[in-house]
Amino acid sequence: MSVEFLVATGIGMVTACGVYLLLRGRTFPVVLGLSLLGYAVNVFIFVMGRLWTDAHPILIGNEPVADPLPQALVLTAIVIGFATTGFVVELALRSAHEARSDHVDGAEPGRHSAAAGRDGGVG
Amino acid sequence: MQALLAFWGTHAPVLSVLLPSLTAVTLLLLGDHDGLSAQGGPHGGARVRWRRALSLASAALGLAMAVGLVARAASGELMVYELGEWPAPFGIVLVLDRLSAQMVLLTQAVAVPVLWYACGGWDVRGRHFHAVFHFQLMGLNGAFLTGDLFNLFVFFEVLLIASYVLMLHGLGRERLRMGVHYVVLNLTASALFLIGVAMFYSVTGTLNMADAALQVARLEGDALWLAQSAALILLVVFGLKAALVPLYFWLPGTYAAASAPVAALFALMTKVGVYSIVRVHWVIFGVDAGAASLTAQSWLLPAALLTSVLGVLGALAAHTLARMVAYLTVSSVGTILTGVALFTPATLSAALYYTLHSTVVIAGLFLFTELVAAQRGTMRDRLQPAPAVREPVLLGVMMLFGAASAAGLPPLPGFLGKLMLLQSTADLPVQPWVWAVVLGVGLMTLLGLARAGVVMFWHVQPDDGSVTAAGSSARLLAAPWIFMGLTLAMALAASPIKAYTDALAQQLSDKDRYAATVLQRQGGPEVPTTRPYDGRRVLPNDAAPTGAAQEDRP
Repeated sequence: MSVEFLVATGIGMVTACGVYLLLRGRTFPVVLGLSLLGYAVNVFIFVMGRLWTDAHPILIGNEPVADPLPQALVLTAIVIGFATTGFVVELALRSAHEARSDHVDGAEPGRHSAAAGRDGGVG
Repeated sequence: MQALLAFWGTHAPVLSVLLPSLTAVTLLLLGDHDGLSAQGGPHGGARVRWRRALSLASAALGLAMAVGLVARAASGELMVYELGEWPAPFGIVLVLDRLSAQMVLLTQAVAVPVLWYACGGWDVRGRHFHAVFHFQLMGLNGAFLTGDLFNLFVFFEVLLIASYVLMLHGLGRERLRMGVHYVVLNLTASALFLIGVAMFYSVTGTLNMADAALQVARLEGDALWLAQSAALILLVVFGLKAALVPLYFWLPGTYAAASAPVAALFALMTKVGVYSIVRVHWVIFGVDAGAASLTAQSWLLPAALLTSVLGVLGALAAHTLARMVAYLTVSSVGTILTGVALFTPATLSAALYYTLHSTVVIAGLFLFTELVAAQRGTMRDRLQPAPAVREPVLLGVMMLFGAASAAGLPPLPGFLGKLMLLQSTADLPVQPWVWAVVLGVGLMTLLGLARAGVVMFWHVQPDDGSVTAAGSSARLLAAPWIFMGLTLAMALAASPIKAYTDALAQQLSDKDRYAATVLQRQGGPEVPTTRPYDGRRVLPNDAAPTGAAQEDRP
């Protein structure tokens, strides 16, 4: 079993968990799912520069170096992912506070039609 | 003045990104802790007036610079701006060509009237409207000007984060509900974007658009399959932004829930998706891309035609005017992408002319929707009989103008755009499909808007006292009229605009010249480099691998 196989299945597992959580009906699992998906994507970008052992991260003499570009890309992706996660957590809290429900549709599934009817069918 | 112009001449592309960014930071530093009012309205302290003046002045300056960019690009000049003076393909470049210049001008031309309208009261219904608005402009201009795929992702994120906040501007339950959907969908799409870009990098070893177009043509075997998968993953991402079938379901609810000026600005957001499809699928994976040629065509063309039809059916079924206009946005994107998906310069040129027109008309219709809603008492913009509006003639004429323009009746530019599209498909095998869809959609658009007009202006009930003259100030009315005037100007200037878009399509087809210009400092496209990088180094005059480097494969 190669390292490539291990890394690939690992990314696949995390992605699968992320997608499962993303499809849940409450905002908390959805946010967790987005985070997991973000982690899987970050590792994916990282390994797209090939897997290396014993390689310098920067050019030294004539020795092999690991591809530095995906490392730079993944740093950018981590920063952006951190900011967006912060935003979506705040948004989910605000939405749960206003709608008095943490369902992604802003209303409990059973009460949704009644609430929509009372508001005059908005949406 | 001379020195300023010379400075702009050297740094023109990056200044269009820096100006909104610096304005936004300044507005954030000025703070926004006064003048909040629940009802909006023109009242507010001196600081509100200062913020508005600064914001409008910056947007107007941006518009002037965008006109300058178009003037430069119109001569056929490709301007490459190296950020940090790192040469492409290793550094990030901004590239100004005809397409970028046109999209930046469209952005600024929509932004200025929308900002003017928002200064009529919407901007004080929440904090930091102006700052976020300028961050949005920064993201849009950056996405249009960048010549690097990963940089495109970064500017996508900038404009998306700004759009999340703008979408929620004014708050309220419906906005939060649609906001959660909008944000989660777009974050998922961003993850897909990264996957697509990373896969693309792993097989081509480059993220520079000019270089990528050359590398893709050389791919074969497994690498080719991976590159094509990456292209289709990116098509999903851009399709979601552009609201392509089956990824458009988020759009009508979101746009209808957003405040009017924000919805008008969002008319540009779908065009970012269209622009990215043109850059990636029309150019990089377009004709002459070796075995990867026309990767997206078999998916894009049916999806575009279906989007057009389903969008207009949604508009016919809509129960509020805002939702109807939102569905017309979807439908117009379908028409534009039909032109893109045919992959000939003539159809692309027609599609880009139609893009200009449809963005402006849709933005105007969103603002108009709110003006009508404000005068219809408690019925707002629902398509049901209500008391007559206070100014039936003024608003009615505006509705007639907008509807005729959106449906494509002569002599308005909607008609010209569709006519160009129909003409350019003359010798293609799919001609009957395109003609049937474009003409049928035009008819149904007209039916839908005519029904809305009849209900709102003729099918009136006696006044129940809830009608107000709100939204009739000259300031608010000016913005939709500016948009209507712009469409009229586009019809009058159709010939020069069409000449420009024709040249634009030719410029996009000429990938070799594009690559030669962008990669000039590196020595042109012929200079060999180790890409995709796998640890073996190739020296320019020695094709054999040197050194003991090897990939570590167990």
